Amino acid sequence: MTDGSSYQGAAAAGMLASEESHRALLQSIVDVARGIFGAKASSIFLLDEETDELVFEAVSGEGEGDLIGMRIPSSTGIAGWVLVTGQPIVIDDLQQDPRFARQAAERTGYVPQGLMAVPLANADRLLGVLQVLDRSQERAFSLGEIDLLILFANQAAIGLDLLQTARRARVLAEQGEGGTAVVARLAALLERSDDTAALRLLEALEAVLKQL
Amino acid sequence: MSDRVIPAWSLTAEAATSIGIPAEWPDRVSREWAIGGATGEGIDVCILDSGVDGTHPLVGGVESAVAIVLDGDETIVVPDEVGDVCGHGTACAGIVRLLAPACRIHSVRVLGEGNTGSADLILGGLRHAIEQRFEVINLSLSTTKRKFAEMLHELADSAYFNGTVLVASAHNMPVESYPWRFSSVISVGSHEGTDSLEWYANPNPPVEFFARGIDLDVAWYGGSTLRATGNSFAAPHIAAVSALVLSKHPGLTPFQLKSVLYLTASNTGGIE
Repeated sequence: MTDGSSYQGAAAAGMLASEESHRALLQSIVDVARGIFGAKASSIFLLDEETDELVFEAVSGEGEGDLIGMRIPSSTGIAGWVLVTGQPIVIDDLQQDPRFARQAAERTGYVPQGLMAVPLANADRLLGVLQVLDRSQERAFSLGEIDLLILFANQAAIGLDLLQTARRARVLAEQGEGGTAVVARLAALLERSDDTAALRLLEALEAVLKQL
Repeated sequence: MSDRVIPAWSLTAEAATSIGIPAEWPDRVSREWAIGGATGEGIDVCILDSGVDGTHPLVGGVESAVAIVLDGDETIVVPDEVGDVCGHGTACAGIVRLLAPACRIHSVRVLGEGNTGSADLILGGLRHAIEQRFEVINLSLSTTKRKFAEMLHELADSAYFNGTVLVASAHNMPVESYPWRFSSVISVGSHEGTDSLEWYANPNPPVEFFARGIDLDVAWYGGSTLRATGNSFAAPHIAAVSALVLSKHPGLTPFQLKSVLYLTASNTGGIE
């Protein structure tokens, strides 16, 4: 990680949008998903590859505020099945599933009647799962609704990918050593300050480096 | 032909007279000819999924149940002591049992070991199922991991040439996934109908057939039943019909079976 493109990447990392703005994007996706389907709740799980768990990343509706950061196994239960198999699924009468009902009650105090779940993937990388809980029963269910959910999942996957890329870049910028990390930290400092003197100093440095 | 030692990629004039294939095909392959009175008896159907709860009344027992687990970098086959880790495999088994009541159901569980090694488990499970020479393997799952595509392709082809029918649910996500796209696999998407014996041949592959996949009452974990929707429930319908055809016409190759499914589809005049 010492070539020129890494320095450019590091500089870009320092200027990345904040964690908050990415969170706002994901929150907006679950809010809109909930609105479109007239659902009681919607949530996004992110796959934590290091611990191999699914983590609540955004929640709209029931459980909002309490669930962020909560972790569940990555390959059991309905969300785990959706993640591992890559298949969207819609289930009603969930309260009939004794294990699901018990776990949902323990985690959130809220046991939904129905659930739509779709994997979030970008190219060949699995990122997580988007869920919509207790959609409106006013209209008959159709394949068009799954198509709509998949469209939303694409948007959520892009948001999640940006969030993960930004997090990795930020780790590099904040904890790394060597020239790349210095450039990243410098870019981040410049991004946050309006110090024109510092900018002028760097411009002078740029001119010097060009002479070398 | 069996005593021939050179590879059979050519046909001598002498051999041409000796490879007659006995098959009694009717003038018109109809539903009645294909599955009329069939029960799936004598056919082994494998559910490669989250495990199967054999005690569920809608499943009515499983013939065998193994789990694929990780042992270091390898996958190994062990007796399944856990059963279904989700409910989904039980749902698929229930659909197969409903349509092909006399078939033998086998469970190969490939879920429950975390996501990280999941593609290895699917690959290991498929290899095991093909080695068992089950007539039908239902795969209501896929992997997006490209590095496994080539190995899955080889496995799918070996199944095809060894007389094992792979039925896989199509993936309606805008990402490449496997193995349902391979032509040696029968891929299935959903239609909006409510008849379990309604299926359509798709003139625009890679999805080759559409079967019932929405608003199904399915068996689930813990003896329960749920209402469920997804392509993953369409595949076991075609797996079950395949078992019916094979029980009535033993020895059909996957190529012949796919032709029968095509000729008896709801949109090809297969229903008289």
